[in-house]
Amino acid sequence: MTLGTKNQDRHSFYLNMGPQHPSTHGVLRVLLEMEGEYILEPEPVIGYGHRMQEKIGESLTWNAFMPNTARIDYLSALMYNHGYVGLIERMTGIEAPRRAEYIRVITSELNRIASHLLWLGAFLLDLGAFTPIMYTFDDREQILDILEDVTGSRLTYCYYRVGGVSRDVDGTFVEGTRAFIRRLRSRFPMYDDLVTNNIIFIKRVKDIAQFTPDMAMRYGATGPILRSTGIGYDIRRNEPYSVYPEFDFDIPVGTTGDCMDVYLVRVREMEQSLRIIEQALDSLPEGPCMTKVPRRLKLPQGDASFSVEAARGELSYYLVSDGSDVPYRLKIRPPSFSNLSLLPELCRNMLLSDLVMALGALDLVIPEIDR
Amino acid sequence: MGQAIFMETVNSLPPELIRIVVTALVIIAFVFLNSLILGYLERKFAGWFQLRPGPMEVGPHGIFQLIVDGVKLLGKQFIIPKEANAPLFRLAPLLAFIPVGMSFIVVPFSSKLQVRDLDVGLIFILAIMALNAVAILIAGWGSNNKYSLFGAIRAVAQNVAYEIPMLLSLLSVVLMTNTFSMRGIVLAQSPVWHVILQPVAFLIYFIAGMAETHRAPFDLPEAESELTAGFHTEFSGICFSFFFIAEYTNMFFVCAIAVILFLGGWSGPPLPYMEYTGIIWFLLKVYALLFILIWVRWSFPRVRFDQLLNFCWKYLIPFSLVNLLVTAVIVKL
Repeated sequence: MTLGTKNQDRHSFYLNMGPQHPSTHGVLRVLLEMEGEYILEPEPVIGYGHRMQEKIGESLTWNAFMPNTARIDYLSALMYNHGYVGLIERMTGIEAPRRAEYIRVITSELNRIASHLLWLGAFLLDLGAFTPIMYTFDDREQILDILEDVTGSRLTYCYYRVGGVSRDVDGTFVEGTRAFIRRLRSRFPMYDDLVTNNIIFIKRVKDIAQFTPDMAMRYGATGPILRSTGIGYDIRRNEPYSVYPEFDFDIPVGTTGDCMDVYLVRVREMEQSLRIIEQALDSLPEGPCMTKVPRRLKLPQGDASFSVEAARGELSYYLVSDGSDVPYRLKIRPPSFSNLSLLPELCRNMLLSDLVMALGALDLVIPEIDR
Repeated sequence: MGQAIFMETVNSLPPELIRIVVTALVIIAFVFLNSLILGYLERKFAGWFQLRPGPMEVGPHGIFQLIVDGVKLLGKQFIIPKEANAPLFRLAPLLAFIPVGMSFIVVPFSSKLQVRDLDVGLIFILAIMALNAVAILIAGWGSNNKYSLFGAIRAVAQNVAYEIPMLLSLLSVVLMTNTFSMRGIVLAQSPVWHVILQPVAFLIYFIAGMAETHRAPFDLPEAESELTAGFHTEFSGICFSFFFIAEYTNMFFVCAIAVILFLGGWSGPPLPYMEYTGIIWFLLKVYALLFILIWVRWSFPRVRFDQLLNFCWKYLIPFSLVNLLVTAVIVKL
């Protein structure tokens, strides 16, 4: 990391935002070249939380790496589980029973809602509103309770197994989830009143930090950021996996790509996730939730990749195997990395307050970037 | 024996000196008490707005929490950063504290509870309160920290901008009462409160006052998500609590001025010994306004800095000017 030559004819100075800063959501450092309150050049500096997750994946047997997947993006751990078991199942040709696939979809979507709720609160916290995060955490708490009952953990789940899920769900889960759907639906009007229609909120996010389709494609941005620009690209629809094609749901898209659209896309995604969960609960098939998988299963020689739609965008796993039960190479493509790389182009000549807001809208999970 | 000597000494002192000392002690006690109560209420209300109980541990419903916090802050080391300008860094918290004590001189708590009824009471209290901006600027500059400096510059720009609509809206009241004396202004409201005659001025004053005390949604100098803690980032221990107390006392004064100029000061349903017990009505009104400040703070997101200044220069100042002109014309008629 070297400092660029300063703009000599302008009175610019450098400001380090992070690694310890309230609104970088983790150990991200953004080096800002500033002139007054305007940012001439933001430069994200990453790597403070690097844990060599990919290398760990290449030195453990494939099933021993499972718990690590939850720790890459701790906010959408189940989607990371899903991507990894999907990858191994695709390589070995194991098929999970339909009941397990339904349970995977239900819990993944619950996890997506939990992640979006946390984002909603944290985004408003970045905008200086302290209260909403308590309300969204209250809602999120219900999801964590539901998931704790079936998975045994509250945040870093290791629930999915190659060939199914580790534990079957029961009637309490179904009822609890239905109660939660009713509860969250009744909360959306309140969020609309207090947040979406708040004049200060609108003035802060409307027409600021605009993502364009071209920009999103150049940087490989995915998820709500890409969808806010009007491109309805969602892995659940474009490269369907699991049992997603069996459900009827919309892909919410924005029009202008500003942060208001990003916000609206995420809020509508929560509504769509509720729809998916409802349909899945209605048609939850009976049967086993796990198939027989040999204890020491060698991965066949060759390579494979598997993508899922995580809460923040497209998550891809790519695995090369030399025929043993330890992957030769495991590549993880987290969505936040590409989304963060937008930042310098997005935030040039922007006010510091808007940069904080844009960072919030990107919904970064720094450990996922550093992995 | 010791008591006799004490009484003798007291009797030999000029009575004016004793009055000054007693007043100073009462003022200091009030300042700390107000900060304790307000700090507790703020945290409690914030808790209730946020679906949580707020402080609960120390004493029944956590009423002693702020005292414990104060003692903790007293015990903390006051760290001066190596690169900071030490004299300025030490001066700033003290300077922030001066207006806190001085402003009490002219506030009429009830018709007989007032230290001095200056002819220029209103101007005096506004001038003294404006000193706060200097303290913040010195704090930000002396810390030698970019975030602190950002906070300080924002604070000064904000104070300078919002002082104007504040003064203009108060002036329209002064035009009606023909006096700057706080007591005179309260007495002039005996039939009808100024808030009914001057609703626009009251609204503008209250908004400007919110910005003046750096409360959300105008809390840009301390914008936590942008500037960590703004101008007091580097302050620790008792010097931090000086800023904290100054902020809460300034909030009290902003609301007190609103009560004195617009809400009839100590007036209210008569109580026994009204010339003294009027303080009850006065404090009730002030705390009602303070509750609104707290309510707004915990409900709204923060505005952006340019929006804040635009709002002042494009809306508040023209409206308060028009209001002043209309008032002047009507008074002249």
